[in-house]
This record gives sequence, structure tokens and C-alpha cells, in this order.
Amino acid sequence: MSGITSSTALWYASRATGVVGLVLLSAVMIIGMLVNRQGRLPGLPRFAVLGLHRNLSLLAVAFVAIHVITAVADSYVSISLAAAVIPFISSYEPLWLGLGAVAFDLTAAVIVTSLLRRHIGRRAWRAVHWLAYASWPVAVVHGIYSSHDMQSGPLLYLGLACIAAVLGALGWRLIRARTGLPRADRVPQLMADQGMLARAGDR
Amino acid sequence: MSPVTAAATQAYQAPAGGGGFPRLLPPAGQGTDLRAHLGLHGPVPYRGSAGALIADVRAAGLTGRGGAAFPVHRKLEAVAAARAGRAIVVGNAAEGEPASHKDEALLFLAPHLVLDGLQLAAEAVGAGRAVLYVRGDLRARARLNDYLPERDAHGLDRLPVEIVWSPNRFLAGEESALASRVSGGPAVPRFTPPRVFERGVDGRPTLVQNVETLAHLALIARYGPGWFRSLGTPDEPGTMLCTLRQASGSVDVAEAAIGTPLATLLDLSAAGAVLVGGYHGAWLPAAHAAGLTLSNAQLRPAGAFTGAGVLAALPAGRCGLIESARVARYLALESAGQCGPCRNGLPSIAGAMAELAGPDPHPRVLDDLSRWAGLVEGRGACHHPDGTVRFLRSALGVFGPEIGLHQQGRCSAATGRPFLPVPAGPSTEADWS
Amino acid sequence: MPAKLSVNPIACTGHGMCAELLPELIQADEWGYPLISGQPVPVRLLKQAKRAVTDCPALALRLASQK
Repeated sequence: MSGITSSTALWYASRATGVVGLVLLSAVMIIGMLVNRQGRLPGLPRFAVLGLHRNLSLLAVAFVAIHVITAVADSYVSISLAAAVIPFISSYEPLWLGLGAVAFDLTAAVIVTSLLRRHIGRRAWRAVHWLAYASWPVAVVHGIYSSHDMQSGPLLYLGLACIAAVLGALGWRLIRARTGLPRADRVPQLMADQGMLARAGDR
Repeated sequence: MSPVTAAATQAYQAPAGGGGFPRLLPPAGQGTDLRAHLGLHGPVPYRGSAGALIADVRAAGLTGRGGAAFPVHRKLEAVAAARAGRAIVVGNAAEGEPASHKDEALLFLAPHLVLDGLQLAAEAVGAGRAVLYVRGDLRARARLNDYLPERDAHGLDRLPVEIVWSPNRFLAGEESALASRVSGGPAVPRFTPPRVFERGVDGRPTLVQNVETLAHLALIARYGPGWFRSLGTPDEPGTMLCTLRQASGSVDVAEAAIGTPLATLLDLSAAGAVLVGGYHGAWLPAAHAAGLTLSNAQLRPAGAFTGAGVLAALPAGRCGLIESARVARYLALESAGQCGPCRNGLPSIAGAMAELAGPDPHPRVLDDLSRWAGLVEGRGACHHPDGTVRFLRSALGVFGPEIGLHQQGRCSAATGRPFLPVPAGPSTEADWS
Repeated sequence: MPAKLSVNPIACTGHGMCAELLPELIQADEWGYPLISGQPVPVRLLKQAKRAVTDCPALALRLASQK
């Protein structure tokens, strides 16, 4: 049996932490949509749902960091640290790895602005946070094509489950859009619902 | 003019030439065109430097005529502090109050006084841009586009005047809504601070003055603060335009010296109650109003204020609860819908008022009204919920006996036909821009 | 230096996070919007108040020190 070198161990670690990172990011997306739509998880107060969103995102960052570091440290393939953050400059699988760098950059922007959200103001924070909707699909594509892990077997089903869960949550979020009506229309709608537009105190 | 307003003006002789009474409204028989204006008042009396007019305005004690009665010199000083050319002046003729017609009348009868005042205010604060914010459906609209080139031809205006149309909404004239609209957005209030005099249109310091205030300014610049103080009271000098809605149904715009008895302006003999200050104002019993003058000194202790000069006498055969319920519904529909308490509370209040105006009000409706009034007050970005609550509380106070009747399934009204003007139907998002 | 809580009512969408984190100072009204005590924030609650400000999903809550 061929020896398992430390290099191979690093490569496996990178692939494993990559998968876990993707699962965690998917969970963060779902819980993030829940917070935005003021949804609840059974038994949890609202600040706990928000706390879960935040803690899972930090955990995801930890796993992605290990994923990147082990990939760089490993000598099985040559990936420079720069290639992990600057898209499309790696010699190994420049496209798929490049997408990983894109996802990493977007996620980093989201995380950093969220840590500083009190200081950058509502509009700036919101604008950057929307990038999460871009970073997740990019991470998914990177995950599927950078290695063959998620293209067959149990990891394929895991990947499909993550995608289905996030898309399902997105569907729920869109349906549940409380702010579907422009604000100025909400009162007339409310009053129409209460039968108040016709009545109006007339006799 | 109705007999009542003629009586108000008969007390004062109107000499030939400007400076007589009425001051803003042109003397009878006088034309409203530029030639007549120049003949009466002369050209725009520019001072030649920024800030020069402010001392006169301070001495005159001019307060805003848009409803808030804020000292004009303080607004001028605040905006004048900006770097030269940075400030923007806006004449506010949005007149969102349905019961008020004075700004429309002023633009029709004395547009050049308003435009003079706009230029003088611009000079006083060193503004780089002048805007006239006008309700889009005013009859005066078409003529405004003719006045400006005419003034240009006479070299009267130092700054070109842009006309920005406002939607016909109650809150369109609120100063942050105005700033939003003139900046190109919808005419909805914005969160303050910062106030518009610090950061308004396009983030620049903005002076917002009602068009009547600008007209008074144009006269003070010509005839001086002493002249301005020759009418009115020492604490509230000058005259103001009033929209008088008589019990007979006739509507007039009249100019009255502050301190004029309300009984001189309104025929109260056939009235049961008087609405003072518009739909964010307050009801007063007619007998009480008959003993008061048009001044905040007398109206504030009674729970009212002069506001933008709306005075409406409710005829004796009408039900004040039905009228108030109709207004409450209008005020709810006029919410910008931006703040939760207003968006939820005003419709609830309107529903309860409709209940109270009906034949069989729910026993807890008064408790609900009291609770909701307390919940919306002070919790919006603008004063729409506060004004609505003021109006509502005065209605419940003045029409207390009527409430008792309704709770017994009766009503004192001879007719439920509407008396106060309430525009029909809800508007949509598009109406805000 | 005393500090007071206030809310931007336009930004606020009634998440109710602040009322959960700081029930001593903030109650939710019948529509889910915050009723904020006008009192200065006691020193022992300052840390929690800052957390409520940071955690508001709409960033509508603010803590301003009075001069």
C-alpha cells in the first residue's frame, strides 16, 4: 500500500474542510434568509437565530481558512497563497480555483463589513451583504469542479442536498416577502382589507 | 368677497401704492401682472451682500407662515452659515392641506411678491440655487411658466428659478419630503437629524420657506421692520393669509392682521364648532372660539394654534364625529407608510373613529382610541402621527356630548353629507413622485 | 457620560431583536415596534445596549451620548 505522506494528508484535509465549509456556508445562507424575513427556529429566541447565523459564519470562515492553508501548504499540486485570494492566477485548474478565490474574496468582504457594521452605516453594510448571494453559488461551482469529490458518491448527494436546501429557503424568502408592496401602498391595502375604504364614516 | 372678509378689511384704509392693507393680496381692482406689481412695489430691493436682510427680518419678528411659525431670521442665519453658493432656497407651495387654499391664491394674485421674496432670501443666505416647489395641479401652474421669462426680460432675478412639481399629498410639503422630492426622489419624509438647513436637497444646506413667508419678506425688504410691526400684536407681528370656510359653505382667502377676533373672520352664529389650523389642528366649541383672536397667544392655551390659517366653521346641523372620522381616514391614507407605528396605528385609529361615528359603536372604542393615540405619538419620523392625535383628541373633547348620543344609537346631525373637504380615494406609490 | 437609546423609525422593520436583548429598557408594542424608555441607559446595561445596537438587523437602533 502506498504510504500516506504528509502531503497527501494535507490534500485530503483541504478537500474535507472544503466540503464542510460549503455545508456551513449553505446553512449560513439559509439562516440569514430566516433572520431577514423575521422567521424563527422552534424554541429559539430571535437573538439566538441571529447568533447562530453569526457563529456558523465564523465557523465557516475557520474551515475555509484551513481549506486554503492546507491547499497552499500541500505540495501535491502547486497553489500559491496569492492564487487563493487573487482569482484565476493559479496554474492548477485556474478557472475552478479562481472561482474559489472569488468566493473567498466576496465572503471576506461580507464578514469584514459585518464585523464593522456599527461603523460603516446601514446602506454600505447592506450593499456588501447582498454579495453573499453571489459568493454562495460561486463557492458551489468551485466545490463541484475543483476536484472530482462532489461529482459522485455520497458527496454528490451532500452537494445536491445543500443546493436544494438553499434554493428552497430562497423560494420561501421570496414568497414570504412582507415588503412586496411599496410602503406608501401598504396603508391603503391594509384599510381595503379591513373594509375601511368603502365605509369611511359615510352615512 | 364675502361680507365677513369685507368687514375685516374695512377697518384699514387701503392707500394707493404698496404698504397699505391688504399687504399681500393686491388692492381691489389692481392687476396681478408684472407691470402692476412693479408699479405698486417697485423692483426687487437687493441689498448687495449676503446676510444684509437678516437683521431687518429679525427686527420685524417675521415667523413662518407654513404652519410651524418658526422665527424666519433663525432659519436664515442657520443656512447663511454655509459656504457661498452652496445653499439652496426653496419656496414651498405644496399646500398639502386640503382645507387650505391660501398658497394657491397667493400664487394667483401676487406671484411676483413670492418670486421677489425667493430672490431676496437667496441673496440673504448666499444661495447658489433657487427652487419653487408647487403642487402640480394648481391652476396657477400654467401662468408660472410665463412669469419667469418676463422677469428675466426685466432683469429682476439674480438666480434662475427652477419649478419642481409636488404631488398632491398631505405630507408633500413637509420639509424633508420636499428636500427628497427636489433631490429627485419621492416626496416622503426622511429621518432627521440632520435637518434640511444642514443637509437637505442634494446634501446641501437648504432654506425652506412657505411662499407666504417669502411674500412678507419681499415687503419687509421694501418698507422695513417698523412698517411690518404696524399691524398685528407685539409678540406676533404682521398679517397672515387665512382660508375661511364659512358655515354657509362659502370659502374665501382673506388677509387678516394677527390678533383679529375670530368672530370677525367667521360668521359663528350658525356654527357648532370651529376647526382651527387644519387637519393637524384642533376643534374648538363655537362659543369658545367666538371669544378668541387669531393669535397663538390666545389659541395655544385653548389647545389650538394659528398654523397655516385654516379656519372652518362647522354648521350646527352637522355631526363633528362623522366629519372627524372622515378626516381621520384621510390622514391614515396619507401616511407615507414608512414607520411601523404610523402605518399600523393610523388605520386602527381611523377604524375606531368610523366606529364611533356610526350608529352602534363598540363599548371599548374609546379605550382603543386612547391606547392607539398614545402608541403613535412621537414615534414617527415626521409629525404626521402627532398632528393626527392632536386633531383626534380635540374632536373627542369638543364632541363629547355627541359621543354620548352615538352610544345611545342617536346622532344630532340633520345630514351626513360631507362638509370638510377630503380628497377622494387612496393614491398609489406613483403619486408620491 | 449618560447615553440614550433611540430608533430610526424608517429603518426599523420590527424585528424585535432589541426588545429581546434589552427588556429592561425596550418593550415591543402590539405591532412589534420598539417602545424605548427615555431614561439614560444605566451603566450596568451599557454593554447589553451596545450589543442591541450592533445586533439590530436593520441597524435602526442608536446609542447617543448626551452632552
